[in-house]
Amino acid sequence: MPRRESPLQSEMLQGTLDMLVLQTLILGPAHGHTIAHAIERGSEEVLQIEHGSLYPALHRLEDRGWIASFWGTSENNRKAKYYRLTPAGRKQLTAQTTRWDQVVRAIGRILKPATE
Amino acid sequence: MAWRRFLRRAKWDRARLEEIESYLQMETDENRAAGMPEREAAAAARRKLGNVLAIREEIYSMNTVPVLESLERDARHGLRLLRRSPLFTTVALLTLAIGIGANTAVFSIVDSVLLRPLRYPKAEEVVAIRQMAPGAAGLADVSDGLRLSPSMYFTYAEHNRTFQALGVWAADTASVTGVTEPEQVRLVEVTDGVLQSLGVPPAAGRWLSAADQVPGGPETVMLSYGYWQRRFGGERAAIGRNIRVDARLRQIVGVMPAGFRFANTDFDLIAPLAFHRDSLILAGFGYQGVGRLRPGATVTQADADLARLLPVWMDSWSNGPGTDPHIYETWRITPAIRSLQKDVVGNVRDVLWAVMGTIGLVMLIACANVTNLLLVRAEARQQELALRAALGAGTSQIVRGLLVESVMLGLMGGVLGVGLALLGLSLFRAIGPANLPRLAEISIHPAALAFTFAVSLLSGLLLGLIPALKYAGSRISTTLRSAGRTASVSRERHRARNMLAVSQVAMALVLLVCAGLMIRTFQALRSVQPGFTRAERIQLMRISIPPSLVPDSERVVRMQNEIVDKLSAIPGVKSVAFATEMPMEGFPSSWDAIQTEDKPTAGNEIPPLRLFQSISPGLFETTGTSLVAGRDFTWTDLYGRRPVAIVSENLARELWGSPAAAVGKRIGTTLARSSLHEVVGVVENVRENGVQEPPPPTVYWPSFGVDLYDPAHVDAARTVTFAIRTGQAGREGLLGQVNRAVWSVNASLPLASVRTMQEVYDLSLERTSFTLLMLGIASAMAMLLGIIGIYGVISYAVSQRRREIGIRVALGAAPAELKRMFVRYGLALAGTGVVIGLGAAAVLTRLMKSLLFGVTPLDPLTYAAVPLVLAAAALLASYLPARRAALVDPVEALKAE
Repeated sequence: MPRRESPLQSEMLQGTLDMLVLQTLILGPAHGHTIAHAIERGSEEVLQIEHGSLYPALHRLEDRGWIASFWGTSENNRKAKYYRLTPAGRKQLTAQTTRWDQVVRAIGRILKPATE
Repeated sequence: MAWRRFLRRAKWDRARLEEIESYLQMETDENRAAGMPEREAAAAARRKLGNVLAIREEIYSMNTVPVLESLERDARHGLRLLRRSPLFTTVALLTLAIGIGANTAVFSIVDSVLLRPLRYPKAEEVVAIRQMAPGAAGLADVSDGLRLSPSMYFTYAEHNRTFQALGVWAADTASVTGVTEPEQVRLVEVTDGVLQSLGVPPAAGRWLSAADQVPGGPETVMLSYGYWQRRFGGERAAIGRNIRVDARLRQIVGVMPAGFRFANTDFDLIAPLAFHRDSLILAGFGYQGVGRLRPGATVTQADADLARLLPVWMDSWSNGPGTDPHIYETWRITPAIRSLQKDVVGNVRDVLWAVMGTIGLVMLIACANVTNLLLVRAEARQQELALRAALGAGTSQIVRGLLVESVMLGLMGGVLGVGLALLGLSLFRAIGPANLPRLAEISIHPAALAFTFAVSLLSGLLLGLIPALKYAGSRISTTLRSAGRTASVSRERHRARNMLAVSQVAMALVLLVCAGLMIRTFQALRSVQPGFTRAERIQLMRISIPPSLVPDSERVVRMQNEIVDKLSAIPGVKSVAFATEMPMEGFPSSWDAIQTEDKPTAGNEIPPLRLFQSISPGLFETTGTSLVAGRDFTWTDLYGRRPVAIVSENLARELWGSPAAAVGKRIGTTLARSSLHEVVGVVENVRENGVQEPPPPTVYWPSFGVDLYDPAHVDAARTVTFAIRTGQAGREGLLGQVNRAVWSVNASLPLASVRTMQEVYDLSLERTSFTLLMLGIASAMAMLLGIIGIYGVISYAVSQRRREIGIRVALGAAPAELKRMFVRYGLALAGTGVVIGLGAAAVLTRLMKSLLFGVTPLDPLTYAAVPLVLAAAALLASYLPARRAALVDPVEALKAE
């Protein structure tokens, strides 16, 4: 592991970014620029991330074997590093999404118990 | 995992940088497409991305191994510092390399000679069978105790309970004829059990077997690998062929592998010993015993086992009718079995450990010197260290930095040291003492490399420890405040350096005392009158005339006489003679008791053993042994078979009180029917066993005459050493003439052991000269390093105290006064070191007592001279820098601040 486990909060946030990256890649290989904009647009500009912070996340995911990379040419003929989802990454995404849904539902129940 | 990442991260970082670059370009492209001006487009892209350096750092640090990281940084820093001061680095590295190299070389020798097992399978089971016989007077002089007799061998071999195999052997020489020109070869004769004990299978053919040692059985022989290669070109067909050994045909049955030796004896041929069992007597203690213990049996058990068999031996055999076999009880024979390894190494052990200790001390002195250098550097770097501490470097970080630097020095010194050791060892193998056991086996083994690594690491740590402890914790404020000011020098600052210089002097003194004692020993040995003169003018060679070549004894002596005459005719030759053995040659000599006509021995005691020599007329003239009383033998004595004898001076004094009284007395062997010989002459004592051993009482018999043990027959000494006194001794030209002279008498007589008496003499002193050489080199190194240490301390003190000196000069101090001040400082250091060193030497030199001769470990002359020499050297070492103090210009010194 690149780093020892971080405290819960940052682990959650980090995990969230990881999940978003994996989710973006489910549609097919993409390079860093695309991924950053896809996350921003997908969240309807709610999640304003500093695009630079994406790269440590990509490095971490690649290191864990959830994504793989290759060099290619971008749509406007720039050299770019593409990332694609690996089978392990796909499994991980499913697991994380399930867990995320559970957490969201649990939190939702606590915050709005009366509406049920 | 972490390591792989750690090693790859630089490459990854470059790839990441490229990736980020491509992001920026794309983002800029997009911004431009959205209508932003060129410059703003790029700036916005960078804003969007965030801090590139922070990103890279985050990724970089994901892949770190923290300890390694900082070690690497320290090492790089250290290397940079070392590169920046090449003079310091060179001096420190050279000192360490020499120290470590010397240690590696000596450890390799100790390891190869003392620690590695001998090259026999399960070498720990192989033992040498030695016996002590404190009651056997005369034999006490022979350091390897009482050897085994053939009857002892049979008793031991047949009745022991602790040995898998046991046998006896003897080294001899023999002549081989019929292969090429006649050749004298080294022969080892063995009984059954010897090869089995050593356990090395033959390289070709078979071992000698029990059947080969039946008298009258097949005559067989084995070859050494070297002899097989040399004479038969390593052909398998050699096995089964016959060669003529001492004029007897023997069939070659096998070849021993390369590198195989009998304990420490090299050989060409192995022949079986064939004892006639029926005619054996108790006596005949001429054979070395070797055995292989049963698994689990200890040396103590084996000793007890053989001790139990001694009465059995005395009951089973006799020395002939009318003798009491239990007479040997008075000899108090006790088995003293030891591992063959110990036996081979023998007394070299003491020498090697002494040398090892010496070299260890030199290493310590070298370390002290380098530590001193490091202290100076650390002092110069105090500002830097304080600054680092002020910027937040922890004490541990600074200590680690200093230690890493010194360990790096140590390890680099170690690498250089191994190189030096390799050089040194190949030199040592070439010129090393020939009688050092296992010389050919010496090389650097993994154990020695591990030792070197440990020494390098340890010395590295040791070097850095003192500066690290001293400066890591230094108070930041005081150091920074006093920046550049060296107005006053605190005493504390010099304490470590002073202590180092003192201990260097002390250690050097110990080594010098050891070397001094060895010089005194050498002197004492050289001044011993060996019993011969001008050894460099005596040419020796050995000639053997076997019965198979010349059966008749009288013909043998006539041939020998003819050789003497031919040799005497060579121009420049003063005289020629021969004897069964020349002093210190180390060939097996015969020892026996004598009885005198006037004082018959009591029945139940064995009289002391005397050395027996058979000699030709003219021997004493040739060797330069002076005749104290009476006369020499003449050829007429020999041919007339006159019963005459010559005795050594100490024997004459012991038996009759004075040399003059001995002449005319009659002596004989202890055999009842021994003929009595008239003592016709008395000669000075000869140091038969080397100058450090007392001269044994000796009886000289004519080389030809009535057989001592069988008066009905005549007997001639057949294997003898010829001595030729000539100024040409040792020259190639002489040897050619000698060869022609001998072969003109008989063409099948080989010459062996051709050397000068001086070579024989030097060989007997070799252990002492080797120790002296090693100690001399070590102590010279120690002294040099110690003197450099004092020089360093004083010159540093002078440079540090320039300001103070300037003030003193300004106030009117005379230059001579200043010089005295620093010389006194140096002498005080040296004096303290000398006092401590004298104390240490008094204790330590006791350990080398066994190496000394004619001098006590507390020899007053050595203890007086060495401190004087050292003090004189220290005086010089402090005078040189002190002179600079006197030259200090006060104006400049004070302005410099």
